[in-house]
Amino acid sequence: MAENLALEIRNVTKRFPGVIANDNVSFNLRKGEIHALLGENGAGKSTLMNVVYGLYAPDEGEFLVNGKKVEINGPHDAINYGIGMVHQHFMLVPVFSVTENMILGSEVTKGTSLDLKRARKEILEISEAYGLEVDPDAIVEDIPVGVQQRVEILKALYRKANILVLDEPTAVLTPQEAEDLFRVMRHLTEKGVSIIFITHKLKEILNVADRVTVMRRGKVVGHTTPAETDQQGLATMMVGRDVLLEVEKAPAQPKDVVLSVENLTIKDERNVSVVKDISFDVRAGEILGIAGVQGNGQTELAEAITGLRGIDAGEITLSGERIPFEKPRWLVEHGMGHVPEDRHKHGLVLPYDLADNMVLCTYYQKPFAGAFMVRNRDAIQKNADGLMERFDVRAPSTAVAASTLSGGNQQKVIVGREFSRPLKVLVANQPTRGLDVGSIEYIHKEIVKMRDEGVGVIVVSAELDEILSLADRIAVMFRGKIVTVIDAKDATREKLGLWMAGSNPDEE
Amino acid sequence: MKNTNQLPTEVSPLQRFLKRWGWTLAMVLGVIGITIWQYQLNAQATEAVVASTIRQSTPLVLGALCGLLGERSAVINIGIEGQMLLGAFVGFLVNVWTGNLFLAVLAAVLTGAVMGLLLAYMSVTLKMDQIIGGTVINILALGLTGYFYQVGMVTQGKLQPIPLGPLANIPIIGPAIFNNPPITYATFVLVIVVHYVLFYTKWGLRTRAVGEHPRAADTLGVDVFKIRYVNVIMGGAIAGLAGAFLTLEAVGSFERAMTNGRGFVALAVMIFGKFTPLGAWGAALLFGFANAIQTQLQFADIQIPHQFIGMLPYLLTIIVLSGFVGRTRVPAADGVPYEKE
Repeated sequence: MAENLALEIRNVTKRFPGVIANDNVSFNLRKGEIHALLGENGAGKSTLMNVVYGLYAPDEGEFLVNGKKVEINGPHDAINYGIGMVHQHFMLVPVFSVTENMILGSEVTKGTSLDLKRARKEILEISEAYGLEVDPDAIVEDIPVGVQQRVEILKALYRKANILVLDEPTAVLTPQEAEDLFRVMRHLTEKGVSIIFITHKLKEILNVADRVTVMRRGKVVGHTTPAETDQQGLATMMVGRDVLLEVEKAPAQPKDVVLSVENLTIKDERNVSVVKDISFDVRAGEILGIAGVQGNGQTELAEAITGLRGIDAGEITLSGERIPFEKPRWLVEHGMGHVPEDRHKHGLVLPYDLADNMVLCTYYQKPFAGAFMVRNRDAIQKNADGLMERFDVRAPSTAVAASTLSGGNQQKVIVGREFSRPLKVLVANQPTRGLDVGSIEYIHKEIVKMRDEGVGVIVVSAELDEILSLADRIAVMFRGKIVTVIDAKDATREKLGLWMAGSNPDEE
Repeated sequence: MKNTNQLPTEVSPLQRFLKRWGWTLAMVLGVIGITIWQYQLNAQATEAVVASTIRQSTPLVLGALCGLLGERSAVINIGIEGQMLLGAFVGFLVNVWTGNLFLAVLAAVLTGAVMGLLLAYMSVTLKMDQIIGGTVINILALGLTGYFYQVGMVTQGKLQPIPLGPLANIPIIGPAIFNNPPITYATFVLVIVVHYVLFYTKWGLRTRAVGEHPRAADTLGVDVFKIRYVNVIMGGAIAGLAGAFLTLEAVGSFERAMTNGRGFVALAVMIFGKFTPLGAWGAALLFGFANAIQTQLQFADIQIPHQFIGMLPYLLTIIVLSGFVGRTRVPAADGVPYEKE
């Protein structure tokens, strides 16, 4: 039985100051299978894989590759034993070509020089053998994320990896790109590669995995297979309690228009119109979902409404007043809330502690600032403690830097800060991207609560399920235009899919 | 509505070449043209200017090589000035004591390397702020050399030019390029070697990767710390050689603070040269030329206050840096200590 195991991890324990990230974890991977490792953010999945890949030294535990006990003291050893890892944040040098990225660390040379010609040929051979098409001469920063991921996988294969670790590979992909990836994964297992697939997306597991191991708070809490379970079962195992996958909400009770967009046109840095002559209204007490394949102008639209981007034509009014773009603070003071798409860039000041991040919009107001703008530490602390409690942010204290939190908890910090202000309009752009089901459930519940309190909500999302479960009305964007606005009651996945692809399902 | 999604029009290789190198080419041709024209008018002065250009540029390009080796692996080195100064001083001392110029140059280079090691220790191992690390070196060098230098130390000669046969007799460039002392020749070679190492070898690929995305390099088994140490130490050695040039080849003696800001100008040269050795060479030659022409103009009988003529190199710097260089891309991880988890 041992001979069909590609990798066996026995009793690994890894401690970080203050936490046990992996507590006596065992795991095995059969040859040619896709073994999903499921768990919430911070459950210890990535830590375990970083230990396997030699990036962290474990405190206890041992590894067997193909039944033989091995020592892994660094990525170099892992690579030698045929372990390849595709990290969640890609490990590619943006200014290097695909070829240069591929050979880095395992360079082919001719005399003292790099032999780029030979490397290029080898890459094309591998890329053909595995059906992963790339242009070896392209510069990495110029190619789409999906292709960058392909480069990462090829990088591992180039080093003759037969055990492939994919750390949340779909977090950065569009649904179409994710489908491609799954096809590639199945193809790879046919060629004898064994895959460890780290994720917290339940549907994907049922879709591709052969077996599932579930982790919670550093421990393995169970094993299962897609045949024995369903989404609800997986979610319960992962979170440790019953989770609502559907959002519960009463019918919307829309009131007055709070936000109105008229004939809005936005051009990007290259002077190309990315939003073309768009008009729509949002009423208090409703959720408008904006659906569309990424890159059809949603990002720019959300940025314009929240004052992050100038507009080239048209008008945006908030409660009947035109938004003055030269005064960002006007938006804050007039009740605009924003959960930005890129939480690291626009949502948080990563090196600041949580307490300061929670008053980013209001630090100058009473009670956070007193006479002469002196900060009132007590008030800031009290605010932070209250929000941590109310929004269930899990962190050692409010004094840690925002950068040390997991994605889900970072998002809760942002949600806490924005939702606790008096809002009229809330723009939530990809509010649950990269989050686990527990956090998604929580954030969805809070968004619905805001709606019921009479806030006009815009939810921009690339996940159709999110749009379908949250929105009261759905606007679909395609190539910078809103091609339709439909009532959520009448929307189906198929219909939305057609609209998103630019065709009209009602015209047959 | 206008169709803004037009495909870019086809560009021929020649057009692409001109777009990329056009300005450089124009400047080089312009300089050559003016030089030949001036040579017709005043042969002696022109040869002096060309030779002086090379002389002035040598310590700058060496300093820039030191800087860019560090920065390509993401260690900012503002201690070039100090490394140069201490190298110059130790080289001078060894020359005074032993009279052996070869030993003196070696001592200067080693001194620079030790100062490089110190900077690497501070910025890679201790993860200190690199600006402070470099400043430490500058102040240390200024203090040490100022304290130990005694007026009246006499050197035993300096490095002499070695003419390269008939090549040295070519008009204009002969005396300037093919009749130089050894460190100047070494500089020509070093520029080419560093360029080759950085862009065509395994070491260079790893160095640039470490400067852009150290974690990516680390996950592929590249030793980030080793790469940074070696590059910064090699850079220090080159700065030491620049110091040796000053005391053992150009001047022949030591003065307090004799580097006179060359280490900092070298940083400007490095940036101006877009962090490439060949670019830095071009930039250093331009600075050297501005200095040389300034000296000549002061001799000439022109009715302009000499302070204005003295401004020329700096004016040129401003014009060139603001107008012709375009965007310089700094290595992405520059100045950030690497934390291994």
